Order: sequence, then structure tokens, then C-alpha cells
Amino acid sequence: MNRATAITRTPPRLDARRIGAIARYTVLEAWRNRLFALTVVAVTLLTLLSLFARELAVTESGRLQTAILAATLRVASVFLMALYILNGLTREFNDKVLELMLSLDLPRPGYLMGKFLGFAIVALAVTAIVTVPVAALAPTHAALAWGCSLALELLIIAALSVFCITTFTQLLPAAAFVSAFYLLARSITAIQLMSGSSLLGVDGFGQKASAMLADALAIALPRMDAFTQTAWLVNDAGAQPALLNIALQTAVYVGLLLAAAMFDLYRKNF
Amino acid sequence: MAERAISTVPGAVLALLAAALVSQLALKAVEPRPAATAADLPQAPPTATLRLASLGEPIAAANLLSLYLQAFDTQPGISIPFKDLDYDRVEDWLLRILELDPLGQYPLLMASQVYSQVPDESKQRQMLDLVYRQFLLDPNRRWRWLAHAAIMAKHRLHDLGLALRYARAINQHATSAEVPHWAKQMHIFVLEDMGEHETAKLLLGGLLASGAITDAHEARFLTQRLNAMQGAEKSSQTSGK
Repeated sequence: MNRATAITRTPPRLDARRIGAIARYTVLEAWRNRLFALTVVAVTLLTLLSLFARELAVTESGRLQTAILAATLRVASVFLMALYILNGLTREFNDKVLELMLSLDLPRPGYLMGKFLGFAIVALAVTAIVTVPVAALAPTHAALAWGCSLALELLIIAALSVFCITTFTQLLPAAAFVSAFYLLARSITAIQLMSGSSLLGVDGFGQKASAMLADALAIALPRMDAFTQTAWLVNDAGAQPALLNIALQTAVYVGLLLAAAMFDLYRKNF
Repeated sequence: MAERAISTVPGAVLALLAAALVSQLALKAVEPRPAATAADLPQAPPTATLRLASLGEPIAAANLLSLYLQAFDTQPGISIPFKDLDYDRVEDWLLRILELDPLGQYPLLMASQVYSQVPDESKQRQMLDLVYRQFLLDPNRRWRWLAHAAIMAKHRLHDLGLALRYARAINQHATSAEVPHWAKQMHIFVLEDMGEHETAKLLLGGLLASGAITDAHEARFLTQRLNAMQGAEKSSQTSGK
């Protein structure tokens, strides 16, 4: 075996420094693409909308404003994060940036981990921006719990977006999948409950099949209706017990999505 | 782009995927099954707020609110009897929906056919009264719900006075040619049921003489009813002698 062959056959190593570099450039890209500025604009507009709603309210105006602001900020931050990640990774696929990176001495999981680490930092920054107006309206401990939960929710969305773009490599199917997943994950508990109750007094095959399907989906999906609840802010409901479960669910699900993304990326033939 | 064989995926990645999958299944296995809790029907928001929230689509918003209200007795995983709902709030919601979509028939159907079917007379009357008040705002389009209310008042509440009031309202206000004669004539039969045979005969005779009944079958049926009334009156007079 000559020296050149020996070099080519050396498996590339996972290097924290290079993963860190990819993460740093991912954050820089978010900054230069004005994602944070866009988030600030969205927060400002939604705060104004909530103020408008507050003026219309006959009673409980503060509660109404907090509820509207928290609910809209949550959806807006998920939407912004998902679109930003899907768009950025699609461009990297189309511009052959990924192929260029993989031609270097960098293993495929290294690229994926670097990108996810960068997106996780971006998600934390977006959460910090979004939590500021909520903290101004709600008790600090409730706003902190809400912010922590939103950060965990955005981590799942980031991992899901990475998985989807690795699998589909095109923006439209990936965006459709992320949207459908998010809607289903937020409504799966209600679907499960409704499918389990015999409202019309009929207990036929169709109902049993739909209940089984809902249960199967519930196993595969995280219960995102339990995340980032507005009730924590307006009812001062204790969020701490729920946060532990949410953190555990996030850790497991992010791991699952990243492992699936790695599996798909390894099977891609560039 | 052809995919590479699964054997090219490192064992560590496969192990991570399997471990994550098992963790997810284990987490779901220990997670308690979601439990349903009944929630009260909230106060209906002001119409202006609903209009604003509808983003210029009041008809779509009205239909969505109808579904929301309709589904409130069957909240996720739990069925709440209609009689347990706060009917003042139900009425407010129905009025808001009608304000958003005045041409929509859904709220009045709900009021006359669904919410008035509860075994609680005061709630039944509240819904029938709502139908009556809303009928007066658009009689030619909403007569059918008041007709149902009249039947409800007669057979369920056994309140012939109320049934007559509703039937008369249809006769007086629902003047469109599209309103069928049976609805316009309903007050005559209520009067007959009330023992007001003379008034019923006069009204029925007048109706037949006016030529408003153009359908031969209907005219024959009404004539038979008029004859039956007269026959019944004669036999009662004979037996009285």
C-alpha cells in the first residue's frame, strides 16, 4: 500500500473544532440573512397587534393581550425557524456546498452536527428575542418557563427541518412535511381523545381503526400541545413539573430525528 | 440520485437510531394516557372583535364558530349533555354567529332543532324565543325555523297559545311567494286544536275563497278539512239537541 492510498483510506475523524466552525458560520449566516432583525420586526408587529386587541377588550384586557401575544409569537417563531433552516439547507444542497464540505476531511455526521449546533444557537437567540415582550406582561418565573419550553420546541423544529431537507432535498415537500407534522403534533392529544370516545354510541370497526391509528400516531409524535402553554402565563399555572417531561421528550426526539437524518445522509450517493 | 446500501451506514449511526427509537417508545409507554376534562363554554366575544379576528371573512368565521359551538357538547374525549350548557352563553354565541352571517341558517337550525330538544322547559322556551325574535328580523328567510318552533310549542310544551303566536307571526310576516301555504295556514289548525272552530273555519274559508291556493290537491285537502270542521260542528249540534 503506497502512502497516497493509506491517506485516502484513513477514515475522517469527528473534530469538535470543525463542528464548531460549521456552527459558527451557521449563526453568522443567520445574522447576515437578517433572521434576528426579522424576528425583532415580527415581535414588534405582534406586540402592536396584541396592544390593539387589548384596547378592544371589555374586561381582562391584560390577560387577553398576554394570551394573544404568546400564542402568535410561538407560531411566528416556529414558522421563521423552520423556513430559515429549510431555505438555507436547500440552497446548500443546490449550490453543492454540502458536496464541497464532504470532499474535505469531514465525516457526514460532522456536517450534520455542526449545522444542528448552529441552528440550536440561533433557536436560543430567537427565543430570547421573543421572550422579552412576554416577560414584560407575565410574571418572570412563568415567562422564563415559557421561554425554556419555546427553546425546546424550536430545537425539535430545527432537528425536524434538518431531517426533512436531508430526506426530501427539496423545499416544498420538506416545508409541507414540517407544517403537517407541527399541526398534527399540536393536535394529536385532542385527536386521540376524540377517537377514543364513542360520541354517537357506535363502536364499529371504523371507530376502532381510527382510535388505533390515532394511538399509533401518538406514539410516533411528541405531544407538542404540552409545550409552551399560554396557561402558564395567564393562569400562573405551575410549569416546572411539565418542563422536566418536555426536556426529556425533546432530548429523545431530537436524538431520534438527528439519527434518522444521519442515516439518510449516509445513504445519499453524491 | 441512487441511494447507497444500508451496509454503508456505520454501525454507530444504526445503533443511535435504534436507541433513540427505543427511548421514544419507552417514553410513550410510561407517559400517562391523556385524560379529558370538561371546560365551560366561554363568554362570546363582542361582534367587533370577531369581525376583526375573521380577517375580512365573516361568513367563514361564522361557519367555524358554528362548528366550534356545535362541538362544545363533545369536547375532546368527553360528552357534555346540552342541558348542562349555560344557555345564556349559547344564546350569545348564536346571536354573534347570526350577526357575522345574517343569511346563514345554521344558528337557527341549532336553536330550533338541537338546543331546544333538552328536557328543560325554560331552556326550550329560551331557544324558541330566540328563534321568534330572529324570525322577525328576516321572516321570509327564517320562517321554517319558526314553523318548527310552533310545532315544538304545540306538541312538546303543550302551549297552544305560544304555538298560535308563532303560527300567526308566520302568516303575518312571511309574505314571500316562496313560503309554502302549509306554513302560512298553520295558525288555522292551531286554532282548530284550541277549539276555536269558528275562527278556523272563517280563516280557512277565506283562504279558499281568495284563490291563493292554486294547487288542486292542496285546495281539495283544505276543502275536506273545512267540510270536516263543518260536519263535526253539525254533529255536535245534533247530539246537543
